[in-house]
Amino acid sequence: MNMQTTSRQTAAEAALIDAFNQHVGDLPGNGAVISARDRLVDDLKTNGLPTRRVEAWHYTDLKTLLRALPAMQPAGLVAAPAPLVETASVIVMQDGHADGKASVEGVVVGTFDAMLREGTAAPGLSVIDGDDTIGKINGSFVRDGYVLEFPEGVEIEQPIEIQALHGAGQIHTRFPVSFGAASKATVIERHVATTDGQAFVSSVSDISLEDGADVTWIVLQEQGSSDTHLGQVRIRVGADAKLRLFVINAGGKLVRQELRVDVAGEGADLQLRGVNLLGGDTHTDVTLVLGHNVPNTTSTEIFRNVVFDRARGVFQGMIKVALDAQKTDARMACNTLLMSDDAEFAAKPELEIFADDVQCGHGATVADIDDNHLYYLMARGIPRSKARAMLVNAFVAEIVEELDDEALVEALETVISGWLERHA
Amino acid sequence: MLEIKNLHARIAEDGTEIIRGLNLTVKAGEVAAIMGPNGSGKSTLSYILSGREDYEVTEGEILYNGENILELDPAERAAKGIFLAFQYPVEIPGVATMQFLKVAMNEQRKARGEAELTTPDFMRRVKEAAAELKINPDMLKRPLNVGFSGGEKKRAEILQMALLEPKLCVLDETDSGLDIDALKIVADGVNALKSPDRATIVITHYQRLLDYIVPDTVHVLYKGQIIRTGDKSLALELEANGYADIIGEAA
Repeated sequence: MNMQTTSRQTAAEAALIDAFNQHVGDLPGNGAVISARDRLVDDLKTNGLPTRRVEAWHYTDLKTLLRALPAMQPAGLVAAPAPLVETASVIVMQDGHADGKASVEGVVVGTFDAMLREGTAAPGLSVIDGDDTIGKINGSFVRDGYVLEFPEGVEIEQPIEIQALHGAGQIHTRFPVSFGAASKATVIERHVATTDGQAFVSSVSDISLEDGADVTWIVLQEQGSSDTHLGQVRIRVGADAKLRLFVINAGGKLVRQELRVDVAGEGADLQLRGVNLLGGDTHTDVTLVLGHNVPNTTSTEIFRNVVFDRARGVFQGMIKVALDAQKTDARMACNTLLMSDDAEFAAKPELEIFADDVQCGHGATVADIDDNHLYYLMARGIPRSKARAMLVNAFVAEIVEELDDEALVEALETVISGWLERHA
Repeated sequence: MLEIKNLHARIAEDGTEIIRGLNLTVKAGEVAAIMGPNGSGKSTLSYILSGREDYEVTEGEILYNGENILELDPAERAAKGIFLAFQYPVEIPGVATMQFLKVAMNEQRKARGEAELTTPDFMRRVKEAAAELKINPDMLKRPLNVGFSGGEKKRAEILQMALLEPKLCVLDETDSGLDIDALKIVADGVNALKSPDRATIVITHYQRLLDYIVPDTVHVLYKGQIIRTGDKSLALELEANGYADIIGEAA
């Protein structure tokens, strides 16, 4: 991408480099970490933020969309919201800082700050590929996060909720999580803005599922209306492991959620579900790169998007089936309800299949509410506006209901219906 | 209760005229059967009564308790007590049946200026009505009509009718797809709602349903007009001789 070095540096790009130069001294990390950070910042300096000419960023021209950066230091302590599920174990990130005393029974909990200081974080401060701008930004600036280790065979009954709470400012967090063989758990990664001030957030979750692990991982993004959220989930799924990955976007001004999934063990199953609730003058991009890299693995990906006002949504879904990944079964669907004439959604499903004995499919639909459904509800006396709200809610609730934990389903439905009530 | 005068209506999308000068009067307390061959406009008539927007009334009027209802949308008509039991109830994934019932009942009550039902009161009503119709409570836990068999869908329609307590019930081919036991249950449900201030219009193809829901009047619909009106013996005559004779006379 050297051709882009000729383009002029934007205010946001200059601010990124500037912020690094000013704060490199107080970012945690040993020598190895500092050189890893230096390499990433150099890359940003040389290549800048990606434009539409970079295929992976074609629909989210970060160079144009990211106008300015808030000051580095986030400010203000805030009260933690109630957990989604009452019985959950909650660990809180406050303005990008983990609590060194946080603990969850049955789980080894550490902080990323400690990993940075020890230098064990250095190898992870790397990019997946040249287009991994989120990896570059996060790796340059990350300060803290929780490190969770689920021992082999452990079963954690109640969900664990990581509450990433912040006010205005820059927040860069990372969550390395390993689920030991045959462990079982539900983790909710919840990003919540607690003030209206502008925040710039990057967050990388680096997750591995060892053989036979059974994991539900939920990303709930509820950033403020002027916030930028650059999220990335890197996941490796081992043999016979089962992963339910659920991503809900219900906030933010400029959002990119990257899901980089490596289905790496035979018999692995991925169930990926996404809900994008988009309104106002916002831009939200979900980009999935899913590799089926060994034989006999399965996955389903379903995204439901509801777009109001002048919001723009993007879904890029790439499924790659490696040459020897025979008997892969992968199904992807992206369904969108456009609720206004100015709303936009771009869906780009892609299949790249090298094996010859696989079942793969994808479909994308964009529609308004089904008139037959609307008529049926109205014929029973439900006024038009209420009937429409019920149908929008149903459109997204349908996939939430696939989670078999009743308390969790109810909690997510409350988030969704609350958002719809505020926006519809 | 219902007076339809010289009604002309067409499909909004392509302008095909379906109802061509239809006249019909149904009094409170009356059970009126509308029979007719395929394509005569029976279902269209039921949709127009309910206010479906795919049809356009070009002439005539529909008076319900003396009020012209053509300008009202389906929800407003329903709140005034008009209920259509659909021939093919749609499946709506993601909408829980119980939630739907509760919202429908309460929205109608709100529109009429009545207090909303409390949850225990609502539950009790549903439980009682479902038991009458031999509806398995598990069915009500599913999304609306999703995965219901044909018979279950028809029973669910009658359940809605029983709960919403409409004044004008329109049953569109409620007998289609029902075996004889289910037919009896559904007919009992309809008969249980019979009252002097309620009228029922039974749209059907066959005499069979009319053995169980006995009509006061029978009307033959053909090419968008009522071409013959009689009492219940007319249905038997149609059953014996088919529509050809009557159509021949009218032509």
